[in-house]
Amino acid sequence: MSRNHSRPLSPHLSHWKWGANMLVSILHRMAGVGLATVGGLVLAGWFFAAASGEETYACFIGLLTVESGAINIVGAVLGIGLTWAFFTHLFNGLRHFVMDAGAGYELQTNRRSAIAVVAGGIVVTLVLWGWLLWPVITGLVGGEG
Amino acid sequence: MGTGTGLGRVRGLGSAKKGAHHWWMQRLTATGNLLLVSWFIISLIRLPNLSHAIVTDWLSSPLVAVAAIVLVANVFWHLRLGLQVVLEDYVHNEASKLGLIVLLNFYAIGAAAVAIFSIAKIAFGSAA
Repeated sequence: MSRNHSRPLSPHLSHWKWGANMLVSILHRMAGVGLATVGGLVLAGWFFAAASGEETYACFIGLLTVESGAINIVGAVLGIGLTWAFFTHLFNGLRHFVMDAGAGYELQTNRRSAIAVVAGGIVVTLVLWGWLLWPVITGLVGGEG
Repeated sequence: MGTGTGLGRVRGLGSAKKGAHHWWMQRLTATGNLLLVSWFIISLIRLPNLSHAIVTDWLSSPLVAVAAIVLVANVFWHLRLGLQVVLEDYVHNEASKLGLIVLLNFYAIGAAAVAIFSIAKIAFGSAA
């Protein structure tokens, strides 16, 4: 479809007053694109490395960990980033199922559910990685004391 | 067939009955992802570690291999539909849009094929 350039476009992001529902809509897309590209490649790469034998698998895991087997900065950024993207996308996906059913469009409800999605994604990511990295966190604190 | 407006040419032909297919497949694969990716994350956390021996032993169980294959198919189907909408919304040049959607399909189907073949190789290869 070609567009008539003499007609106005809908205002750009900088023209709107930001709201929670607008934020969550954009986060949903960003998280989805991240999961689809980075997440998809990591997932397929991991299966491929596992099928290619022990050495290739060790190379793949070596990109994400230090020699002792603990996670490195690349692994942490990928792991935490993809976890946040997954849970934010999942919670907003559930919110969309409710809206598909025709519910949750009242301004207050819609705003609250949007805030809950953003908060839920952050909280679940912090809890999961706090638990996974607990030995590292306590080790760092212990090392300083 | 008239040569008037787009609306004039299709008026009276009725619906193609395909309008909601993309939307429906996106919701269907979303529900699948909810179950399959949750299962995948919980399973990885429950493994003692992610060493090659542990991972290939886990994937060689028939139930796990089948679930992992369905997971890969579902994930790549869903991301293909989602990225297609993103491209359609933000790429306004018709030639670029067409090219990128072709690349997207190559990526989704190619990466899914690699992952599914890898799982099958592990599952069939380690029948001890």
